[in-house]
Amino acid sequence: MSIMNLISGYLASDIRMATPILFAGLGLLIINRSGLLNIGAEGTMLVSTLLAVVGSYYSGSVWVGLLCAVISGALMGLLFAFFTVTVKANQIVIGAALNILGSGLSATLNRIIFGVSTTVTRFDAFTNIKIPLLSDIPLIGGALFNQMIPVYAAFLLVPAISYYLFRTQAGLNLRSVGENPRVADTLGVNVYRLQYMSAIIGSALIAAGGAYLSTGLVSSFSEEMVAGRGYIALAAVVFGKYKPGGVMLASLIFVAGNVLSNILQVSGTPIPYTLLTMIPYVLTVVALAAFAKGAVAPASLGRPYKRG
Amino acid sequence: MSIAMLEMKNISKQFPGVLANEDVNLTVNKGEVHALLGENGAGKSTLMNILCGLYKPTSGEIFIEGQPVKFASAKDSMSIGIGMVHQHFMLIPTLSVIENCLIGSKNKGGLKLDTRSAAKSLSELAKKYSMNIDPSALVGSLSVGEMQRVEIIKALYRGARILILDEPTAVLTPQETNELFKMIRGLKQHGFTVLFISHKLNEVKEISDRVTVLRLGRAIGTYDTEDCSVQDLARLMVGRDVKFTVDKKEQQTGKAVLSLKGVSLLRKGGGAKLLDDISLDVHAGEIVGIAGVDGNGQAELVECLTGIICEAEGEADYCGKDLLKCSTREIMSSGISHIPQDRQRTGLVMPMPLTENFILQDYYTGKFGKHGFLDWKSVGESSDRLIRSFSIKAPGKEELAQNLSGGNQQKVVVAREINRSPRLIIAMHPTRGLDVGAIEYIHGKLIEQRDNGAAVLLVSTEMEEILKISDRIAVMYEGRIMGIVRPKETTAEKMGLMMGGNDLAKIS
Repeated sequence: MSIMNLISGYLASDIRMATPILFAGLGLLIINRSGLLNIGAEGTMLVSTLLAVVGSYYSGSVWVGLLCAVISGALMGLLFAFFTVTVKANQIVIGAALNILGSGLSATLNRIIFGVSTTVTRFDAFTNIKIPLLSDIPLIGGALFNQMIPVYAAFLLVPAISYYLFRTQAGLNLRSVGENPRVADTLGVNVYRLQYMSAIIGSALIAAGGAYLSTGLVSSFSEEMVAGRGYIALAAVVFGKYKPGGVMLASLIFVAGNVLSNILQVSGTPIPYTLLTMIPYVLTVVALAAFAKGAVAPASLGRPYKRG
Repeated sequence: MSIAMLEMKNISKQFPGVLANEDVNLTVNKGEVHALLGENGAGKSTLMNILCGLYKPTSGEIFIEGQPVKFASAKDSMSIGIGMVHQHFMLIPTLSVIENCLIGSKNKGGLKLDTRSAAKSLSELAKKYSMNIDPSALVGSLSVGEMQRVEIIKALYRGARILILDEPTAVLTPQETNELFKMIRGLKQHGFTVLFISHKLNEVKEISDRVTVLRLGRAIGTYDTEDCSVQDLARLMVGRDVKFTVDKKEQQTGKAVLSLKGVSLLRKGGGAKLLDDISLDVHAGEIVGIAGVDGNGQAELVECLTGIICEAEGEADYCGKDLLKCSTREIMSSGISHIPQDRQRTGLVMPMPLTENFILQDYYTGKFGKHGFLDWKSVGESSDRLIRSFSIKAPGKEELAQNLSGGNQQKVVVAREINRSPRLIIAMHPTRGLDVGAIEYIHGKLIEQRDNGAAVLLVSTEMEEILKISDRIAVMYEGRIMGIVRPKETTAEKMGLMMGGNDLAKIS
């Protein structure tokens, strides 16, 4: 029974902790599919982690916090689209700028609003919602069906985005813009509008991941709390072969190493902890090397499109 | 006289520094195949891009069935029934045929992509015009000929009544070209209007009802194709008489400059040899043509001789040096010039200006500056001289190579290579994709070099070209030489047999 509990607990942590990366990965997927290469997910998430806390703190509702976070993400997306689509600046540089902006902005706003005191700020946060019956399934029930609403939402987005991308006219238009914007243009697709839309919506999704991080996974804000998840999401999209299901699998695998390392560290094994902390990174490298070979990026990823 | 299907009146298009179209008039009748003939850079593609809404004309009007129309984008021209098949296909290889046809279409049936009914109508279209296409196939897995069919079907699916084909045969094999012509005739019978853009005279003669000739951005005139000979068309297009034969003085050849002995190249991972025991001499003052269908080892042979492939066995003696054991730099600096098969990929650096492209073989020699610094003044002077003496059409020496037409790009390569006064020229497909004027020019340059005592190794798949300018011809098949003949002592039929793998000894 204790082994069952261990596995169930392991699975539950994996899903819980993979959620921010999944949100960010799905957001990046939509942006990438439109041919834009945004490495600024880390900065977008940082701003949203703080704004979720601020929104929740002042309104008393975590939902307002989420809304604030999503709006901040959409604005970051708009900024990115303006500079990359309209001004046609280098996308890597703009993405890097977003990361620096997000890091500085979130730290500064935090000190202005909450000061540098060490007292814990209390605010409304997400709680687990237990789904009746389903959560009683042995082994996986507790892991899958006793989670917070954003977790359910993120995993439900996977089939939804998959359907959108591969089964709808709008999804086909988006994919064709990412592959060859000129072709899409000659066939009457409004390339620029589609790129703006996907940058905004995608960044809003990335921000939702940030909001969940500070008002769900933990309930506090600390500077640089995203801790590289924005970059891991970038890798998850490549590893997931630019498909929603793949991104989900990649997020779960990347986080699994992390969770394993945590569990082993508290279990008191004689293995030195320095080796244990290597696990997620070794796992990531091995997984990328083994499976990422056939990853085919959208053909015009990162290249600005100029009409005429 | 009925109303014309399409009328373009006084169309001009000004690009920065270039007037691409000047006061062009074009009238196309319903149900005819109308050819637009002109040299590379004559403004054919610009005119057609105006017609399909990609460019806006600086001035002029367009009428469809007598109604004036204005196109703000490709969508507008498409909705009025103009479908363009671009020279570089507008297809996405990672999508299926159906998906490629559905991009950007207005969906009537709600959110879901209706691939099933699209597949059905595509199959019906394909059947009606007897084009063999599998709608669910991935476009990337299709042959070039099939992709072109997909482009045509795509245009028809989107309701095209006027079909513009931009240099459709440039990428096709002769068999595929025949298929295409059959298709065009079928479409004509069904009442479609076809605009056929080409610089290939024989094809225009064969397929079109009427022809409009463009020269230097202006329409020279429209003629009934029946009334024009190929000679007439050539004169109209180039603006002077074009010689279809070359004057080549007979001359005594000198000693062997290049001597191949048993050159062989194994295929990576086993299988038939890529080059199998090639022995051949090229003498001073001689053009040796290598004929054969593409992919029979010609490219490998050239790459072995230019040091790009280093695994070949045997010997390639060039003035006491074995080329098979030399680096590309050693080979290129010992009096050998190379006109590579793909001017855009290996001949030029497309995003660099002409000046820099001209010195790609010289920048390290100290000819243009000392101690690793370049003397741009002398580079510029030399570039101006080359542009003038090879009559390269370019706004200036600082123009980027990618902005030149194909013929002028090739002239840049030829100018650079010939300017080095080579003892041996290795030229592969030197006239591929060029119009008659440019072909005539480049042939003239090669013959001039031969007359001056250079040895020329010419690889080409164009039998006409090989027969016309070579002194001797070696035919290659599956990495082997099937026979070496003189053009005057052979027939096209014999050459064809050798290209198909029959040894000369067996057929004569």
